[in-house]
Amino acid sequence: MAFSALTEKYSGKMGTLTIGSGDQAVTVGGQATMPFATFDGELPNKPLIAMEVYDVVDPEWPAAVVDPFKDVINDPIAWAKKNISEYGAKAICLQLASTDPNGENKDAAYAADLVGKMLAAIDVPLLVWGSGNVEKDAEVLAKVCEVNEGKNLLVGPAVEENYKKIAAACLGYGHAVVSQSPIDVNMAKQMNILISNLGLPMEKIIMEPSTGALGYGVEYSYSVMERISLAALAQNDDKMQAPIINDLGKECWKAREVKLTEEEEPSFGPDMEKRGVLWEATTGIDMLLSGSNLLIMRNPKAVKLVEECIDELMA
Amino acid sequence: MGLTGIQIFKLLPKTNCKECGSPTCLAFAMALAGGKAELDKCPYVSDEAKATLSEASAPPIRGVKIGEKKIGEELVFYRHEKTFINPTAIACLVTDEMDDAEVDAKINNLNTVTFERVGLELSADLLAIRNASGDAGKFEALVKKALGATEKGLILMSDNVDALEAGAKAANGKGALLYAATADNCDKVAAIAKENGASVVAKGGSVEEVSNFTSKIVAAGVKDIVLDCGATDLKSMFYNDNQVRRAALKAKNRDLGFPTIDLICDMTDDPYKEAMLANVAIAKYAGIIVMSDIDKERMLPLFVQRLNIYTDPQRPMVMDEGIYEINKPGPDSPVIITTNFALTYFIVAAEIEASRVPTWLLIMDVEGMSVLTAWSAGKFVADAMAPFVVKSGIKDKISHNKIIIPGYVAQISGEFQEELGSEWEVVIGTREASDLPAFLKAL
Ligand code: B12
Ligand code: SF4
Repeated sequence: MAFSALTEKYSGKMGTLTIGSGDQAVTVGGQATMPFATFDGELPNKPLIAMEVYDVVDPEWPAAVVDPFKDVINDPIAWAKKNISEYGAKAICLQLASTDPNGENKDAAYAADLVGKMLAAIDVPLLVWGSGNVEKDAEVLAKVCEVNEGKNLLVGPAVEENYKKIAAACLGYGHAVVSQSPIDVNMAKQMNILISNLGLPMEKIIMEPSTGALGYGVEYSYSVMERISLAALAQNDDKMQAPIINDLGKECWKAREVKLTEEEEPSFGPDMEKRGVLWEATTGIDMLLSGSNLLIMRNPKAVKLVEECIDELMA
Repeated sequence: MGLTGIQIFKLLPKTNCKECGSPTCLAFAMALAGGKAELDKCPYVSDEAKATLSEASAPPIRGVKIGEKKIGEELVFYRHEKTFINPTAIACLVTDEMDDAEVDAKINNLNTVTFERVGLELSADLLAIRNASGDAGKFEALVKKALGATEKGLILMSDNVDALEAGAKAANGKGALLYAATADNCDKVAAIAKENGASVVAKGGSVEEVSNFTSKIVAAGVKDIVLDCGATDLKSMFYNDNQVRRAALKAKNRDLGFPTIDLICDMTDDPYKEAMLANVAIAKYAGIIVMSDIDKERMLPLFVQRLNIYTDPQRPMVMDEGIYEINKPGPDSPVIITTNFALTYFIVAAEIEASRVPTWLLIMDVEGMSVLTAWSAGKFVADAMAPFVVKSGIKDKISHNKIIIPGYVAQISGEFQEELGSEWEVVIGTREASDLPAFLKAL
């Protein structure tokens, strides 16, 4: 039987999201095909990788994580600048870990101020991520939005319990929001509906379907993202047409495969950096292959590896 | 695949003679469609009907075995539709231009780099032997050496048909894969494969080129075929593997109804990049990938990725409920409770083992969910856990009253304490299992 190339055409297409303002703005999403299927249709925007910066670092972090930033690890702004100038970061994600009530419990005013300083210091789009504490994030992120009005930050994660306050602040002060749901297609959609009911348009929403790292639930994230993508493309479900983001750096670098030394687990091998870099890069490429538009990653080498794949697949 | 009982019934004699053991031809047809009967049981089916039925029941992508490792037989594009079936085979390349030490080191890695995970042993599958020298004698010698050095299945690679034949003869009966038959030499290579019980890679510069001659190999009596459509980089590999699967599953193109092989080792010299290409190949439809080495640090993420992509998304692996003894616990040893999700169990058990602290591990049946998932599903919660602890009989084995819960469910400690009553003291453990050893030692 003669071969003729088969192409898939979908009735729907993923929406877009633009972050940052002026000539620093970057757009993701808008694809009319499944990931990297350039032979099927249009993929107008490359997936983007935002490099993480923490305002406080867990002392348990393995050396492979700390080494690339040793000199700047206590200064998030210097860290962000280093990510941009030395490691080529195209976006920065500020992780406001210090606001966690179970940690340093820094207040909202501090966070808003830090974001302002960060904005002044960098020339790439900025994502601002809460500590994951539902109540505190609502307070902190709302303040961040207010004080930095009009900067078109990407702010999150907004979850079922706190989305009202966070999404309303994004709407009121001109920012975009991360809509996070626990690895479930219907809950992802429900969150988008709830947020758009507040008045924030779909072009201001990106979905975080709860990211499991390689070996720790990556397969669940993978399948949920494929199903979201198919709902957006094949079923043309407009409430599923928000692009997808994955907050994966912090998930990957806590895996035991990354943290254990060779003495602790001889089968893992001596080169902890190589293991860690590939643990993160593998999770990253898996997320992209299942539909992600924006990755939050930590290690510069891992970022570079994933970016090379993006460039080649999109060429 | 996919003939209904009625469609099968139309091909049967319709005499209801019962010799097949079924009361009627229709009943037999239904049993066939449901996979509960075999066609041979009916002595009266025509050859024509047999051909139609076996053609229809052949999988759209043929299963091919190389040594003990099977590939192919995939039925879907997305793993949520139906589990992916036969995990991508990972091969390690050696050539007859490498010195002995290098060959030995690579074969040793192939044989010994394995990881334990969720009760499974993860390892690479195949040895690819390349006739880089062009010399048939050297190649044959290396094949013979490899046969003595590894139990893994073999891929024998040469452009020289005589060398391929020498290698195939040496490996006769081992189910080796010959690389490669091209449009020009496929008759010869197929004959060599047939004579030596080998399978064949059909290789061409494009999917189309390959599709043009696989039928010749089949006609020559070799049905076990693997396709190399000439990918030289990430993009062409992604395209080819996609198109082959589409042709097989959507267009039912029998000429492309075979698993694929990707020579990733030839696409880059950078070991990190090679690992990335391998990730893409595993997720997106490769049957075999050939790597330049099987080193621990690259294989750990790669094997786990393969495991994750190929697991059944509907059914998590689970452990039996009960008391697990780690490091020979006694009456004074701590008691830890967690869920029966296999991944959770193995991580926690591994950490306890590493700590060398004798410990009682209580595994509770929560339908295979992780700690937080089970908590949010209302299964790993105080009023379910307390009766389990009581019923488990752990109390009879210990002389203290402390029970340690995972740090991620610290919020249940009060209620759990209340449910258990004063006979127990609930202690909040660490969040991550990797911090457990220090925690246990400090108890
Ligand atoms: C994969 C996954 C799923 C899978 C299930 C996988 C499974 N078999 O459990 C699916 C898709 C089915 C799922 C469903 C749900 N999920 Co879920 N899921 C995850 C995910 C991504 C990974 C979970 C995992 O596999 N972890 C790995 C295992 C090994 O972790 P673990 O069991 O916790 O064990 C670790 C520690 O707890 C510790 N440990 C374990 N035992 C012990 C014992 C002691 C004593 C100590 C000290 C330590 C310790 O060791 C391990 C390693 O450090 C997490 C997010 C995340 N990143 O964690 C969300 C997550 C757990 N899910 C969540 C939710 C809400 C749900 C749902 C309710 C949502 C829904 N869709 O309805 C459902 C519930 C299920 C149901 N049927 O009702 C939430 C929970 C929110 C919360 N904080 O309570 C999470 C955190 C996602 C999120 N951020 O929103 N989920
Ligand atoms: S043996 Fe064949 S002909 Fe006889 S009843 Fe069975 S199916 Fe029909």
